[in-house]
Amino acid sequence: MTSQIPALIIVVPLLVSLVVSLAAWIRQSLCYAAALCAMLVAWISAILVMGRVINQGVITYRMAGWAPPWGISWHIDHFNAIILILIATVALINLIATRSTAAREFEDRPGVFYALYLLFVTGLMGIVITGDIFNLYVLLEIASLSGYALLGMGSGRAAVSSLSYLFIGTIGASLYLFGAGYLYIATGSLNMADIAAILPTIEQTGVIQVSFILCLIGLFMKMAFFPLHTWLPNAYTHAPNSSASLIAPLTTKVMIYVMIRIVLFVYQPEFAFAEMDIDRVIVWLAVIAILAGSMLAWKQERLKRMLAYIIVAEVGYMVGGFWLGNTAGMTGAVLHILNDAMMTLCLFLAAGAVISRVQTDAFGALQGVFTKMPFSMIAFVAGALSIIGVPPTCGFFSKWYLISGGMEAGHYAFVAALIISSLVNVLLFFRVIEIGYFEPFDSHHHKNGQTVREAPLDMLVPLLVTAGLLIVMGFYANTLVTWIVKPAISAATMGGL
Amino acid sequence: MIAVVSAKPLIAVLVSLAVIPVLISARKPNVRETWTFAAALIKFGIIASMVPAILAGHTLEFTIAPLFAGIAFKLKVDAFGLLFALVASFLWIVTSAYSIGYMRGLDEHSQTRYFCFFAAALSATIGVAFSANLLTLYIFYEMLSLSTYPLVTHHQDREARSSGRKYLFYIMGGSIGLVLPAMIAIYLIAGNLDFAAGGILAGSIGALPAAALLLMLVFGFSKAGIMPVHAWLPAAMVAPTPVSALLHAVAVVKVGVFSVFRIITDIFGPGMLLNFGFDTLLCIIAAVTILGSSLIALSQDNLKRRLAFSTIGQLSYIILGAALLTQSGMAGGMLHIAMHAFGKITLFFCAGAIMVAAGIKNISEMKGLGLQMPVTMGAFFVGALSVIGLPPCGGFISKWYLAIGTIEAEQFLMLAVLLASSLLNAAYFLPIVYRAFFCNPDETMFEHRIKEAPGWCLAPPVATAAISVILFFYPQPFFNLSQLAVSRILGG
Repeated sequence: MTSQIPALIIVVPLLVSLVVSLAAWIRQSLCYAAALCAMLVAWISAILVMGRVINQGVITYRMAGWAPPWGISWHIDHFNAIILILIATVALINLIATRSTAAREFEDRPGVFYALYLLFVTGLMGIVITGDIFNLYVLLEIASLSGYALLGMGSGRAAVSSLSYLFIGTIGASLYLFGAGYLYIATGSLNMADIAAILPTIEQTGVIQVSFILCLIGLFMKMAFFPLHTWLPNAYTHAPNSSASLIAPLTTKVMIYVMIRIVLFVYQPEFAFAEMDIDRVIVWLAVIAILAGSMLAWKQERLKRMLAYIIVAEVGYMVGGFWLGNTAGMTGAVLHILNDAMMTLCLFLAAGAVISRVQTDAFGALQGVFTKMPFSMIAFVAGALSIIGVPPTCGFFSKWYLISGGMEAGHYAFVAALIISSLVNVLLFFRVIEIGYFEPFDSHHHKNGQTVREAPLDMLVPLLVTAGLLIVMGFYANTLVTWIVKPAISAATMGGL
Repeated sequence: MIAVVSAKPLIAVLVSLAVIPVLISARKPNVRETWTFAAALIKFGIIASMVPAILAGHTLEFTIAPLFAGIAFKLKVDAFGLLFALVASFLWIVTSAYSIGYMRGLDEHSQTRYFCFFAAALSATIGVAFSANLLTLYIFYEMLSLSTYPLVTHHQDREARSSGRKYLFYIMGGSIGLVLPAMIAIYLIAGNLDFAAGGILAGSIGALPAAALLLMLVFGFSKAGIMPVHAWLPAAMVAPTPVSALLHAVAVVKVGVFSVFRIITDIFGPGMLLNFGFDTLLCIIAAVTILGSSLIALSQDNLKRRLAFSTIGQLSYIILGAALLTQSGMAGGMLHIAMHAFGKITLFFCAGAIMVAAGIKNISEMKGLGLQMPVTMGAFFVGALSVIGLPPCGGFISKWYLAIGTIEAEQFLMLAVLLASSLLNAAYFLPIVYRAFFCNPDETMFEHRIKEAPGWCLAPPVATAAISVILFFYPQPFFNLSQLAVSRILGG
C-alpha cells in the first residue's frame, strides 16, 4: 500500500476538486473542509515520499502499472520530493490563511474557487512529479488554465490582466511543446530517462539544439524571466488576494524547477553547458533581470505590485545561479527556490492581511499600520529581512551560495547584481516600513482612535507560522543542503538519473 | 589552554532576549523595569562568573548549529571578548536605572517597545563579543543594527525618520555592500571564517586583494565610525539619551571597533599585516579620524553632537591600538574600550540629566549651570578628564599604553597625533566645565534656581564617574584580561 503513496499526492487533490464543485450544491461550507482534507492528505503524502526517497533512494512509480517508455512513469528523487513538500506546504498554509478572504472575495461561488485551487495544486504537483515531457506539458496546461481563472476572478482589471497572462503563457507553453515535439522526433521517446539515454548517441544535434532553445524560451516566458516578465505584475496585482498568495509563491518557482529538471536530467549538463555554450549569456541576462526587477520595483507605489517586481528580480537570482554551472551556484538556485517561495508567501499573506483591514495596498494608506496591526507587520518585516538577506532568515543562506557561486565562476557582475539588489531591497522595504512606522507624524504622543484592528486569528496564525519558518529554514539551511540539495545536484552533475 | 564546552555564553546572550515576552506582557511599568533589572543583573552575573576560567587560560565554547561547510553558528569566550562583554553588561545595569529616570522624567511614549529593543540590542552586543567566527559575528552585528533602528527613531518624527535613514544607509549599506562580499571571499580563500590567533589568511592571498578585503571590512563595519563612514553617529543622537549613552558610546560603536579589531588580529593576523605594511595604512586611517573628528567636535554647540564627534575620535584610538600591532598598543586599545566606555557614558548621562532638569541641549546655554547642578557638572568634569586621558581617571591608563605602543612600533608620528588629540579633547571639553562653574554672577544664564535631576538620573553618572576614578587606581580586572588577550594574539 505504501508504494501507492506517490499517487495520492496527485489523485487526491484532483478527485477532491471534482467533489468540491459538487459539494457546493449541498453546503457551501463543505467546500473549504473538503479542500483542507485534500491538502492535508497531499501534504502528509509528500512528506512520506520524501522520507522514502531519503531512506531508499529514487522512487520510480508507474502510473497504472504501464511500463515506460509507453506508459507514464513518475520519477521522484530528492529534488522533486522537496519541491512537492514545498508546493503542499505553501498551498496548505495559504488555504488556511485565506479562508475568510476567499469567503469575501468569492462569496457566491466558493465551490469554483476551491475546485480551481485544488486543480492548480494538482497541476503543479504533477509537473514536478512526472518523468514524461509530454505529460509535463499537459499538467502545465492544467495548472496554467486554473491559474488564469483564479487570477482573473478578481475585480477591476483582473480579467484583462489575466487575459494578457493567458496569451503570453500560452505562447510559452506552445514553445515548450514544440521543443518537446522536436525532441520526440529526434529520439522517438517522451520519457525523460529514456531520452536522456538516447540523446548522447545522436550525432545530428541541430534538431536537439533547436528543441533545447524552444523549451528554454518557453519556460523563460512562463517563469517571467526579464524581459519576458510583462504578464506578471498586472496579473498578480489585480488578482484576488486569496489566489495571488497561492500563485505568486509557486508558479515561477515551479517553472524554474522545470528548467533545472529539463536541463540537468533530459538534455544533461554535457550538452546544455559545454555544447550549447550559452550559460554565460544567460547569466548576463539574469544580471539584467535582477537589476531591472529591483529598479522597476522601486517605481511602484502599491505593495503587491512592488512585491511582483521583486519576484521578477528573484527569478533572475535563481536562473543566474543555476547557469553559473558550479555546485555553489546550483545549490543556491535550488535552495532559493524553497526560500523564495516561503518568503513570497509570507509577504503576500502579510499584504493580504493588511489589505483585508485597510482595504487597499497603496503606500499612502499604510500610515500607522505598525501600531494597528503589530503582529502582521512583524511577519512582514521577517519576510522583508529574508528578501534583503539578513541572517538568520533563510534568504541569507541561499544568497550566500549564489554569491559564492558567482565568485567561484569569476562572474563578478552577477555578484555585484546580487549585492545591489539586496541594497535596493533595503530601500524598498524600509520605505514601506517608514510609512507604517512613522506616519502620521503627530499622533505618536497621543493615543488616537483606532479604527483598524489586527487581522483575524485564522489569518494571523498561518502568517506567523510562515514567518517563523523563514527563520527555522535559515537555521536548518545546512541540513537542507546536506540531505536534500546536495543529492539533487550531485545526481545531476554526475549525469546519472 | 583548554577549550571548555559550556552553555554559559549562550545563556548570557539569550537572557535579555528571553525577558522580552515578560516585558511586553507586564502591565505595570514598575514590574517591567524590575524584570529589565533582573535580566541585566543575571546577564552581568553570568558573564562575571566566566572571569576565573578565562583568567586561568581556558576558553568557553558552545556550538549552536552548523551553517555552512566549515562554519558553525558558534560562541567562544576569550579574554578580549569577555573584557568587552563585562563592560557592556555592567553598563546595561547602570543604564537601566538611568532609563527609568530619563524616560519617566520626560514622559516618553512607547516605553515598553523601548525596553524590549534595548534588551535585544544587548543580546546582540554580547553575541558579537562571544562570536567564534566572522559569520556568527556578522549575524549578531546585523541583529544589533536592526534592534537599534527603533531606538534611534524612537521619537517617530521627521527628524527621527531622516536620522533612521542615515543610520540604515551607512550601517546596512556597509554590512551588506562591503562586509558580506568580503566575508564570502575570505571563506572561499581560507575555507573557514574562524577567529584564530595569527589570522587565517596568511600565505594564501596577495597584497592587492588583501588590501581590498581589509578596506572593505574596515569601512564596511561602519559602526566603528571611521571617517568617512561616521556620519550616522551624530545623526543617531536624536535618540533618547540612554540610547546615546549605552549604545552610541559603548555597545553599538564598540561592536564596530571590536569587529575591526578581530579582523585585524584574528582574520588577517599581525604577521601578514606587517609583511604587507598595512599597519601603517591602518594607522593613517585611524589618525585622520582621530584628528578630523576632534576638530569637528570643537565647533559643535549641541552637547550630544559634540560628544558624538568625540566618540568618533576615541573609537579610532582603539583601531590605532590594534593597528600598532605591539604588546602595549593592543593592550592600550583593548583597555580603551573599557576606559572610554565609563568616561563617555558619564558624559552622556550628564547631558541627559541636564536635559531632564533644565531642558537645555546647547553648550552655549550652559554658562553658570555648574552652580545650579553641581553634582551633575562635577560628574561631567570627571568623565571629561577620563576621556581626555588625565589622571586620576582610567582614561589615562589606556592612553598611556597607547603612547608606549606607538614608541614600540616606532610610529612617532602617531605619538604626535595622540598628544595633539588629547589637547583637542581638552579644548572641547574643559571650556564647558569652566564656564559652568566659573562665570561672573552677571553672566549666568539662570535666573531661577534649577534643581538637580531626579535620583534615577543623577546616581548613574555619579557611579560611573566614581568607577572611572577607581579604574585609575585599580585597573586590574580589565588590565589582566587585556594582557592575556594580547599574549594570545602575539604568541599565536
